[in-house]
Amino acid sequence: MIVRILGEGQLQVDDAASDELNALDAALERAVNEGNEQAFRPALVALLDRVRTLGTPLAEDVLEPSDSILPRADADLDEVRHMLTDEGYIPG
Amino acid sequence: MSVMKRVSMIFRAKANKALDRMEDPRETLDYSYQRQLEMLTQVRRGVADVATSRKRVELQMNSLRQNQNRLEGQAKQALGAGREDLAREALGRRAALQSQLTDLENQYQSLQADEEKLTVASQRLQAKVEAFRMQKETIKATYTAAEAQSRIGEAVSGISEEMGDVGMAVQRAQDKTAQMQARAGAIDELMASGALEDMSGTPRDDIQAELDSMRGGQNIDLELERLRGEIGAGNAQAIEGGAQAPDGAARPAAAERPQAGDGA
Repeated sequence: MIVRILGEGQLQVDDAASDELNALDAALERAVNEGNEQAFRPALVALLDRVRTLGTPLAEDVLEPSDSILPRADADLDEVRHMLTDEGYIPG
Repeated sequence: MSVMKRVSMIFRAKANKALDRMEDPRETLDYSYQRQLEMLTQVRRGVADVATSRKRVELQMNSLRQNQNRLEGQAKQALGAGREDLAREALGRRAALQSQLTDLENQYQSLQADEEKLTVASQRLQAKVEAFRMQKETIKATYTAAEAQSRIGEAVSGISEEMGDVGMAVQRAQDKTAQMQARAGAIDELMASGALEDMSGTPRDDIQAELDSMRGGQNIDLELERLRGEIGAGNAQAIEGGAQAPDGAARPAAAERPQAGDGA
């Protein structure tokens, strides 16, 4: 599967990693839903780190849509919540 | 639903909107390509804006460092003259400038990081736009309505995701640059008003004024001595032409004062 980290680009990640990434994603989602600032940052960092470790960057001229898109590393909780609720936030 | 899926769905919805807009799928290609070129221009402008902002912060940092050096020089000078109070004052102001400088250094690093990220993003977008242009031409050349739809959809979704990503980055950089410009403007104003000790030898530099007046005081004592000597020696002439003596004495004194000021 292809995963995009906003601000960094796309990575090809083996489908076998899905379960592991989904678990990290679920922790992030919990933190966002609860508005838990303290849990949010480590959860985001853990997920992004894992994707970076497992993934291989896609060539620059590849035009494939990603299967999953992740917030950028320095996004704060409000931004992520905003991103999930407000379509207007993403230009294009 | 998970964060990963929700964000990508929002992106995909955007791409689909772009696809639905046109009757003929080939128009979608041209429309999308136009948008891509606009976005490229926007990203490059974003990089330039961040660079300008970074340079401005750099100039301010240099200026603050110069002021710090000057204050240190003044502290030494004051100590040399036995004025510990003045030296303390100068060192105190030097320390006060440090927090401002640290703040600017952080801003500088942040802008530098943004500039690098945006530059990379703009290169990546450019590579994708070029790939899109080639695909667009191929699709148009071999166009059969049935197969084109899906190929166009793929190409457009792929690039519109990149555009959304880059667009967010540019937007963020622009917001941040605007903020920093405002802060930089505030610092410029503080410097201009003297609140940040813009010590370019201006009259508002009171430490320098005091150091100068100390030295000036010594000079005046010396001049008084010299004048006394001249008057003593030239007493006879002074009685003969009273108007000439004060005139002649005033001239060298006036000529020496600016020199004392230059040395300060």
